[in-house]
Amino acid sequence: MARKHVKFIALAVVFFAVLITAGFVFASGEPPASVPTAAANSAMPWWAWPLILFIVTFFMGIVAVLGGVGGGVLFVPIIGGFFPFHIDFVRGAGLLVALAGALAAGPGLLKKGMADLRLAIPVAVIASSCAIVGAMIGLALPAKTVNIALGGTILGIVGIMLLAKKSEYPDVPKADNLSTVLRITGVYHEVSTGQDINWKIHRTPQGLATFIVIGVMAGMFGLGAGWANVPVLNLMMGAPLKVSVATSKFLLSITDTSAAWIYVNNGAVLPMMVVPSIIGIMLGSIVGVRILTRTKPAAVRYIVIAMLLFAGSRAMLKGLEIWN
Amino acid sequence: MDKKVMATEEQLAYAKLLDSGMKTGLLILIVTFAVYMSAVLTPHVPLEELPNYWKMPVHKYLAAADIHPGWAWLGMVGKGDFLNFIGIAFLAGVTIPCYIRIIPILFAKKDTTYGVLAIIEVLVLALAASGILKAGGH
Repeated sequence: MARKHVKFIALAVVFFAVLITAGFVFASGEPPASVPTAAANSAMPWWAWPLILFIVTFFMGIVAVLGGVGGGVLFVPIIGGFFPFHIDFVRGAGLLVALAGALAAGPGLLKKGMADLRLAIPVAVIASSCAIVGAMIGLALPAKTVNIALGGTILGIVGIMLLAKKSEYPDVPKADNLSTVLRITGVYHEVSTGQDINWKIHRTPQGLATFIVIGVMAGMFGLGAGWANVPVLNLMMGAPLKVSVATSKFLLSITDTSAAWIYVNNGAVLPMMVVPSIIGIMLGSIVGVRILTRTKPAAVRYIVIAMLLFAGSRAMLKGLEIWN
Repeated sequence: MDKKVMATEEQLAYAKLLDSGMKTGLLILIVTFAVYMSAVLTPHVPLEELPNYWKMPVHKYLAAADIHPGWAWLGMVGKGDFLNFIGIAFLAGVTIPCYIRIIPILFAKKDTTYGVLAIIEVLVLALAASGILKAGGH
């Protein structure tokens, strides 16, 4: 069974690599257009970048799973910082990468009762509306400003990852009025202990207000927003950690949908970037999940933090025109 | 066992539709990309010219490649590159029918607040998808 999976993934990786290379063969059969091509000015053929993108996102998928982060948060700063693609297209692709991952995980999380629809629906209305605003602001801002703000945000995320504690079962002495009216409460079955965990939340108005900022940032930078969703749901609102992580992942499928449409409708989506990235990161995630069962991910988490620190600094220095 | 240990009816309905929609969308995405790379359909932007465009800000790219934003891609699906937008739009749109699916379930359970919230979400996502909202160039 395990060998079957490995074979499938290896085949899929080879298939996509061949597909992109095949495009080169077909393209090189056509005479070059009258416009001088960038390929002519560069040592790299055009197909090399999508191929490298596919390989990098494949490894990014592995690292994201092992480091416990979403693919989007790695994708935008790393691809934006070290690839020749404009930040507009990187953010569009980043949102679709995060969206595809959330769509793939969503059904399972909902069916198991880990992601909670009652918790997600009010949050989603706020986050998805604000993600639209964020996407429109992001596309209207100059690349320099976006890079500086993106760099600052990524460095902030590094701070959150280093400092924020997690609480398996936060203490919620009393549900607040709003969550009581909305009946946001539940029970989930903890497989590791065999217990049914009753949970409720508090500080709902404050939590919902925070999702205004999270939504705007998700849309503006195309990052996905798991890095912010989980601490707010878990530490601020008091949802159990597993429910927070699962609901956050599902929530991205709604928040990123609204922002992604703004990027699609404003032309900031290039299929040559989007498809290799989605397939690369998904195949990488499958491999990552398999490795996760055999490895201790603590060290990988520090590698992810170091990668984000480097990519965030790069984005900021790029925006400040210190390192172009 | 408490009934909430199991996912609710609306949660299961949502998950079922999301599952099939996501799989269909991914399949379309892979097939259309294979068509794009095989050059069966001529792309609007020739593959070897892509590096000229992907480094541009989006508004310059649209002008240089003579591409109209919004849903104009629907009229260009005969081109290899724009064919991919079928899968992209499918994945970006799959959440809307999922919400529409749960609205009658919520109202049948007299869960009016959540029914209204689900309607609002559909309107928000439909507004985003409509192409009415244009971002200013920079």
